[in-house]
Amino acid sequence: MQELMSVRGCRQAYHKDSNADLVVLDDVNLSLQEGEIVGLLGRSGSGKSTLLRIVAGLLTPTAGEVTWHGKALRGPAEGVAMVFQSFALFPWLTVQENVELGLEAQGVGRAERERRAEAAIDLIGLGGFESAYPKELSGGMRQRVGLARALVVHPDLLLMDEPFSALDVLTAETLRTDLIDLWIERKLPVKSILIVTHNIEEAVLLCDRILVFSSNPGRVAHELQVGFAHPRNRLDPAFRKQVDDIYALMTRRAVPSTPTAAAADTGFATPLHAVSTNLLAGLIETLAAAPYDGKADLPALAGALQLEADELLPMGETLQTLGFGDIAEGDLHLTDPGRHFAHADMDTRKALFAHALRTRVPLARAIRKTLDERWNHRSAAVRFRDELEDHMSPDYAEETLQAVIGWARYAELFSFDDEADQFTLEDIDAAA
Amino acid sequence: MPNLWDIAAILAVAILLVAIAQAGRGTLVPLEQLDQPAITLDPWRLPEFALRTTLRMFAALACSLLFTFTYAPLAAKSRRAGLIMIPVLDVLQSVPILGFLTFTTAFFMGLFPGRVMGLELAAIFAIFTSQAWNMAFSFYQSLTTVPADLDEATRGFRLTGWQRFWRLEVPFAMPGLVWNTMLSMSAGWFFVVASEAITLGETSWKLPGIGAYVALALEKRDIGAVFWAIGAMLAVILAYDQLLFRPLVAWSTKFRFETTASAQTDDPWMLALLRRTHLLRQGGDGIGRAFTWVTGLRLGRPFTPPTKAARRNWLGDALFGTLVAAALGWALWQIWGYVTAELGWTDLLDAILLGAITLLRVVVLMALAAIIWVPIGVWLGLRPAWAQRVQPVAQFLAAFPANLLFPPFVVVIVAFHLNVDIWLTPLMVLGTQWYILFNVIAGASAFPGDLREAAQLFRVGGWLWWRKVILPGVVPYFVTGAITASGGSWNASIVAEVASWGDTKLAAHGLGAYIAQATDAGNFQRVVLGVVVMALYVLAMNRLIWRPLYAFASRRTTLG
Repeated sequence: MQELMSVRGCRQAYHKDSNADLVVLDDVNLSLQEGEIVGLLGRSGSGKSTLLRIVAGLLTPTAGEVTWHGKALRGPAEGVAMVFQSFALFPWLTVQENVELGLEAQGVGRAERERRAEAAIDLIGLGGFESAYPKELSGGMRQRVGLARALVVHPDLLLMDEPFSALDVLTAETLRTDLIDLWIERKLPVKSILIVTHNIEEAVLLCDRILVFSSNPGRVAHELQVGFAHPRNRLDPAFRKQVDDIYALMTRRAVPSTPTAAAADTGFATPLHAVSTNLLAGLIETLAAAPYDGKADLPALAGALQLEADELLPMGETLQTLGFGDIAEGDLHLTDPGRHFAHADMDTRKALFAHALRTRVPLARAIRKTLDERWNHRSAAVRFRDELEDHMSPDYAEETLQAVIGWARYAELFSFDDEADQFTLEDIDAAA
Repeated sequence: MPNLWDIAAILAVAILLVAIAQAGRGTLVPLEQLDQPAITLDPWRLPEFALRTTLRMFAALACSLLFTFTYAPLAAKSRRAGLIMIPVLDVLQSVPILGFLTFTTAFFMGLFPGRVMGLELAAIFAIFTSQAWNMAFSFYQSLTTVPADLDEATRGFRLTGWQRFWRLEVPFAMPGLVWNTMLSMSAGWFFVVASEAITLGETSWKLPGIGAYVALALEKRDIGAVFWAIGAMLAVILAYDQLLFRPLVAWSTKFRFETTASAQTDDPWMLALLRRTHLLRQGGDGIGRAFTWVTGLRLGRPFTPPTKAARRNWLGDALFGTLVAAALGWALWQIWGYVTAELGWTDLLDAILLGAITLLRVVVLMALAAIIWVPIGVWLGLRPAWAQRVQPVAQFLAAFPANLLFPPFVVVIVAFHLNVDIWLTPLMVLGTQWYILFNVIAGASAFPGDLREAAQLFRVGGWLWWRKVILPGVVPYFVTGAITASGGSWNASIVAEVASWGDTKLAAHGLGAYIAQATDAGNFQRVVLGVVVMALYVLAMNRLIWRPLYAFASRRTTLG
């Protein structure tokens, strides 16, 4: 087997004016061989999409080296093509024109271009749609166009950025099957595929090798081989076991944080997920009721609630942050405050939530403390936003702030004036 | 809020005006009388005049497109250039170029002494200045908001800069550009009419065209000829609207960036003709293929990402900043020297006071236009059958050069000895009110059906319905229309606050009349002063009233 692409000691950081660099990827190593499908699996924000863009030549890493066919990579290489999560089709070009785009960029002549585009369109099952515009197509058909557009240039390496996550379950499954069928029949004009996903089952279904990423900063936490022969059976016990194992791996990192003084200091800068209180309450009630009775296996729970790991894990972790739940080895179980919450009435729930925010979310506590100290009980949000941005990207800072605002409003701990961008104690009873 | 770069931009534009005025004055002295083709009031010559007027329009449009395709990419691709180029564009949008017509005319006459070419170029330049800025602005905004995934796709597929420009950036900008071109053309008709008959001090020039025809009719007190000219203009605008812009706007919807198929509307008859006639389609395909070939050439190099994380080049920034500061300091000194040679503080005070009078006019007119057109627009917008019929008419009326309609008003004012300070005022809004109407219609048509139903079920009616339901929904649209309308009204004040009928000269008090009279007297310093003060008023109004209002309205009236 021959090595196509190698990434060594890769580090990606964004420079911040005020403070230390934000590290997105740290010391990542990756090697791609001919004939394999490799998955990058991780939570959103673990830097896996950034790594994909580095491999694509769209980004140059801050440090580390990337080689393609043994030579250093400078900019997007010939022989690498990408499929996008959002399809990235040009709405003003027909299917045929979209597919021809990459060939045109290479300066391929018109007749040759049309011939190859038609071949790719037929291969991917789009025959008859050549003159349609993307907006006339369903999501699944659009992603087929994206795939045909990537394949038509006969890339050695096909990059796929969460290619199925914008599709409904049935369509996504059909596309996966078609892709893997073409792959094992060796009809795909590619030598290797690198696929980014947050769907654990998808990774196990498609990949020969999976790199599991951890977040903050992104690192390759585990590397797993998937030994099953294609076509794979999702219901096979060995398949299920591997999925369960990966769930366990992905949740192992989450050690319960204890509200000691030291933890409170650093905890201020912990990114929070903006999970609505309705979802949290719903999850707690579900966990408390039969058949779970306070403890659920995460993959099973995800299946029952029709959620992906990437959607369920933030909810579970939020329960853990608030002290209503605990995650360990792929299981989510309810704590005593969680049980109490499940059976409480509205006012008690709010009181429990307020208590959890005050004791376990340092940011919420800091905001409330500031508001109590001010004579007019108002404080500019920008101050807290700036402080958060010293430790995380602006997007995360905003999400963290939105999370705290949503929770604090529910708990009637403090309120927020969107027009003035200020936290306030208006509408808040003194008792809270 | 205005920042340092805005001030820099204002100074840069002011020095530009001073330079043009200087150049214009320099060439004014040895002016020879032109050997002009005679202009007569014979209505049979109107088709010829109309054609010449139209040709001028399209020559200017070509210049504007050229400007748009060079200025905007430069401003978008270079961070440093963009810092000064964009505020300059913003200020230029607000400068009432009409006041400068005479200087530019004199300048171009100087380039081609004694030949009609100079006059033609001056007219074309005047139209260009009324068209180019908002087109460039729209293109720039599109360039900076290209969707990230499409951008990555073009980079990933190794398209060169040239290919990326034609395959991604231009198509993405197309709907906005076409719409702004349409607005520009509307402004252009106004200018072409004004620029065909120029009087500067003792000298006056006329270019064969509808504008010159009307000017002559005014001198000769021939109201019949005025109506002939209006008729001819109506025919021209109707033809251009039907043959060019309806098809163009319909065609450009293809480039709208949307992932869902929107409601299909019928092709305008002209586009249908083009699309379905075999011969025409083949010709079109040939041109299309040639275009695809040229734009697909592999000019330039494919994208390579910056090797080091792009840190700012502080030295370069400092050098650039110093350079701009030095240039502006010099500009300030020049302007100061130029203006103080003739004028004192009292003149500035005069201009500001007169500006306040014109401001009062604009505010009153906007309020009146809102009171009249908002209810009508809402009524029409909520009835799709009506809206579809009225919308093209409103857009058509906006394109009609309102200055052609001034003479009948003036005749009435003269005949009844009406107060000019009051009765000349409506002329300012004659051509610009339609922007308010068609934007409000668009807003009311877009008002969500479920909200209307909810209001109906709760029996919200009368004043409460206006206050809580429909007005908040149309405010962002109203503001969009009012920005265009008020800017246009300021500009129109230069021709609307003074009027003449034969030997009778009417003048209202206001900054527009101040500029017009200074122009007649050949007092360049006063014209510069008047124009700069007016530009500041327009800028201040946009920045302090319209933009905050728009931001507030769109924040309040959208979910999420």
